[in-house]
Amino acid sequence: MGYKKKTIILAVIALALACLYIFYNLTGNIGYILPRRIIKVVTIIMTGGAIAFATTLFMTITNNRILTPSVLGLDSLYMLIQTVIIFVLGSRSLVMLNGEINYLVSIGMMVIFSLILYQWLFKSEGNNIYFLLLIGMILGTFFGSLTSFMQVLIDPNEFSLVQDRMFASVNNVNTDLVYLSIGILALVALYFTRFYKYLDVLALGKEDAINLGVPYNYVVKRLLIIVAILISVATALIGPITFLGLLVVNVAYEFLKTYRHFYIIIGSMLISIIALLGGQFLVEKVFVFETTISVIINFIGGIYFIYLLLKENKSW
Amino acid sequence: MVNIKNVFKSYNEKKVIEDVSLHIEKGKITSFIGPNGAGKSTLISMISRLIARDNGDITIDGKDILKVKNNELAKKISILKQSNGINLKLTVRELVSFGRFPYSQGKLSNEDWVKVEEAIDYMELRDMQHKFLDELSGGQRQRAHIAMVIAQDTDYILLDEPLNNLDMRHSVQIMKTLRRLVDEWGKTIVIVIHDINFASCYSDNIVALKDGKIAKTGRTCDVIDECVLKEIYDMDIDIKNIDDRRICVYF
Ligand SMILES: Nc1ncnc2c1ncn2[C@@H]1O[C@H](COP(=O)(O)OP(=O)(O)O)[C@@H](O)[C@H]1O
Ligand SMILES: [Mg+2]
Repeated sequence: MGYKKKTIILAVIALALACLYIFYNLTGNIGYILPRRIIKVVTIIMTGGAIAFATTLFMTITNNRILTPSVLGLDSLYMLIQTVIIFVLGSRSLVMLNGEINYLVSIGMMVIFSLILYQWLFKSEGNNIYFLLLIGMILGTFFGSLTSFMQVLIDPNEFSLVQDRMFASVNNVNTDLVYLSIGILALVALYFTRFYKYLDVLALGKEDAINLGVPYNYVVKRLLIIVAILISVATALIGPITFLGLLVVNVAYEFLKTYRHFYIIIGSMLISIIALLGGQFLVEKVFVFETTISVIINFIGGIYFIYLLLKENKSW
Repeated sequence: MVNIKNVFKSYNEKKVIEDVSLHIEKGKITSFIGPNGAGKSTLISMISRLIARDNGDITIDGKDILKVKNNELAKKISILKQSNGINLKLTVRELVSFGRFPYSQGKLSNEDWVKVEEAIDYMELRDMQHKFLDELSGGQRQRAHIAMVIAQDTDYILLDEPLNNLDMRHSVQIMKTLRRLVDEWGKTIVIVIHDINFASCYSDNIVALKDGKIAKTGRTCDVIDECVLKEIYDMDIDIKNIDDRRICVYF
């Protein structure tokens, strides 16, 4: 079976899951339940798609399959921002936590942070991607420690607010933010189309890409900015999901068995949407909200990560 | 013609290329020889703008390589580097078709495909064109990469140690192919090569590098000389004439 057919199958499954989620057991106050379910599905499609898309780009730029944009430390920066807001403003910030200001501040900080990190990447030549990752990890750990430190100091009631934010969830997203995100993501996608043609060549590696006439630094810088915006928007909307990107892009490569980014991007986005929709369905209908979707995704992702390491290990 | 004028390059204060000036003759094979760490890869990478130079000028057909648009330069000069650890699920044919990217930007026309077919036949890859790269031997993969460069159809082709890890038969096969590219298609080839006997038998000109400087440059017969080689490699090398070829004996 070719990768084109497989992509169509993925699309059908995603569509079926979306319908299942929306129409399953649709009784009672339909006028209230239906729009809420649709918003959740839209949120999932958007964040799942954005994370898969960003991870594909990141893996292509860094020429590896194990590092995801989360090594840049954006997840921990997001948690730090949330904690600082509660630490400084206290529970008065409850309103703000779900509001546009928090959303925009978080995205702004994460994008600025990424841009600062990227400076290192282009300061001098050579393979500085590993240096970038090292800095990202160190800062990530630093943010994490700072976050824990503040969390110990704040009031337990307020802590539970932060804790809610530590796990991704689509259960109480703000509808206005969903619309805002759609707008941002659409603009980013439009901007991306200018660089789309370079992706397959970039996957060959830096030297081959330059040899084939890709304006390497120009393109990679802009792609990395796109990655930062996508991840920031997804994280600010539903919270950190570390393993999702790693999981879905690798599954897409293994399942589709092609190098063509057109199919890998669409395929990984669909797999991501399937994983999130399926996970959310489990969370609501099987676990009855006893767990969050990120716990399920991280569990499956963790197992897959170990499998990847063991498998790669053979060829080392 | 490639013209290199007073080029410098250092890494963290360490001078790697020091005041190198050089003409690379059009329509010939020029070999770069010299001990490990002499700066051969650095120089060839600067000519193909893979790495930036600190100082000096490099022009191709009179134009500064940094002022030509990336895409236009990719139609003029191509490089094949030492390490090629592509880990994509890519067939030989797909790899070769990437060579057309500067012309097609990913959407190959019929004319592009003609060039791809030509390159595949030229490197005798027809019967393995649908195999994945990771199913091939080192030599076959090297030939596939050379086919990609041939499909790129540039006047100048630079190769950094293309004979690494190849057995004698494949080494000879590749050198003969390069010779034909120069003699039949009028290409200009620059090659970094370790085996001085291959350099002696297949190249027109030789550039000998040592400690980031040019130790000697000239026609092959002038450089393959006992005194010159002793200076470059710090060892006694006996040169024998066998069937009109100068063979170095250094064992
Ligand atoms: N990215 C780099 N950073 C620091 N030093 C380097 C780098 N690349 C090459 N060098 C140094 O430059 C010198 C020349 O290297 P190279 O051009 O690869 O030599 P050759 O190809 O002739 O063996 C070596 O001493 C090497 O250690
Ligand atoms: Mg070298």
